[in-house]
Amino acid sequence: METTTTQDGATTEGEHTTENASGTVGTHSSTGVPEEHGEAFPPFDPSTFGTQLVWLAITFAALYVVISRMALPRIGAILDDRKARIDGDLNAADASRQKTDAAIAAYEAELANARAKSHALAEETRQGIKADIDTKRQAVEADLSKKVTEAETRIQATKTEALGHVGEIAADTVEALVQQLTGAGSAQEARDAVAQVSKE
Amino acid sequence: MADPTKVDPIHQFGITTMVPLGDSFAFTNSALFMVLTVGLIVSYLLISTAGRKLVPTRAQLVSEMLYEFVANMLRGAAGTEGMKFFPFVFSIFMFVLIGNVFGMIPFFFTITSHIIVTFALAILVIGVVLVYGFMKNGLKFFKLFVPQGVPGYVLPIVVPIEIVSFLSRPISLSVRLFANVLAGHITLKVFAGFVFTMGTLGWLGFLGAALPLAMTVALTALEFLVAVLQAYVFAVLTSMYLNDAIHPSH
Repeated sequence: METTTTQDGATTEGEHTTENASGTVGTHSSTGVPEEHGEAFPPFDPSTFGTQLVWLAITFAALYVVISRMALPRIGAILDDRKARIDGDLNAADASRQKTDAAIAAYEAELANARAKSHALAEETRQGIKADIDTKRQAVEADLSKKVTEAETRIQATKTEALGHVGEIAADTVEALVQQLTGAGSAQEARDAVAQVSKE
Repeated sequence: MADPTKVDPIHQFGITTMVPLGDSFAFTNSALFMVLTVGLIVSYLLISTAGRKLVPTRAQLVSEMLYEFVANMLRGAAGTEGMKFFPFVFSIFMFVLIGNVFGMIPFFFTITSHIIVTFALAILVIGVVLVYGFMKNGLKFFKLFVPQGVPGYVLPIVVPIEIVSFLSRPISLSVRLFANVLAGHITLKVFAGFVFTMGTLGWLGFLGAALPLAMTVALTALEFLVAVLQAYVFAVLTSMYLNDAIHPSH
């Protein structure tokens, strides 16, 4: 196997091709490259390594510079702006919510206060009306009981008076009876007899 | 290669010089697509965010989602301290992502299909990890190779394993991306080639070509998944390696 150095060949055309191929295939025989191609398997052709490395270095360096200096800072700034905006909005929303909660709490407190006040007012009014009614009822009751007492007194007086006449009537009756029966007897005797009977 | 009817799945990876500027500076199709990739990323990010809208437009929203996606990924892997590497990880992710997705467009060159590109990116990541790790932690960075809570008599076995695992990182990182992209593109091309080859074999072949055609459609979807997934994997691993540089004692 001819071991021509392929590095200094540095070309893919011309009369070096055959030597180039045999050298390359010999070096990389384990890769199973078909030998009937007549030239080196391109990915293992060292003559192209130099130019590929140079252009890879140039292009990748350019890519890295643009990406690290311009593209990524710009995209990062866009994302940061958006995140700041969203966080700000969320904070504002949170503040608004807290304000709303405070307003609701104040409203509830006010409502409870008003309710308590109205309760007190209603209670007071009820008490006033009740007291008024009680007073009036007591007055009416006192009036009534006074009238009842008077009436009872009058009835008692009438009764007493009536009862006081009972002895007299009885004496008159007795006298009249005795006179009719006996033709004698006095009014005084009749009265005594009646009094004696009433005592028994 | 010269025969246009012959299906050559390797041809798509060929590097052709477009503007000869000397051996190393030659402007090739690979360089063109690196420039296009970077141009697309930069112009999209800058134009879509030019309005700096509080309520984003759709284009601006895509930029913001990319930003937050990578930021969350890095913060999850490397913590808040890791955010100083955010531009670096974001650049890596976007470069690999757009490079992969560009490669899915027919006739476009895939920059990540060359091991030297993915290996250079991986070495860049490991270089950043090493430089920052030693700058920040000094010699304590070597604690990375000594896991905590491991009994002393196991250390002679564990430490070499950790060292080998660390040294293999740039290789696994670069080969994972490179191999996925390369294999996917070759498979796609091979099946698409079957469609063409069978289609020229008369009516029976024409009918039979439906099978590889369906396979090509399915593979295209799979390759879009792989293109995005591998960019994500690359960025996640970058974040995790950076985490090692920031917090070496794990």
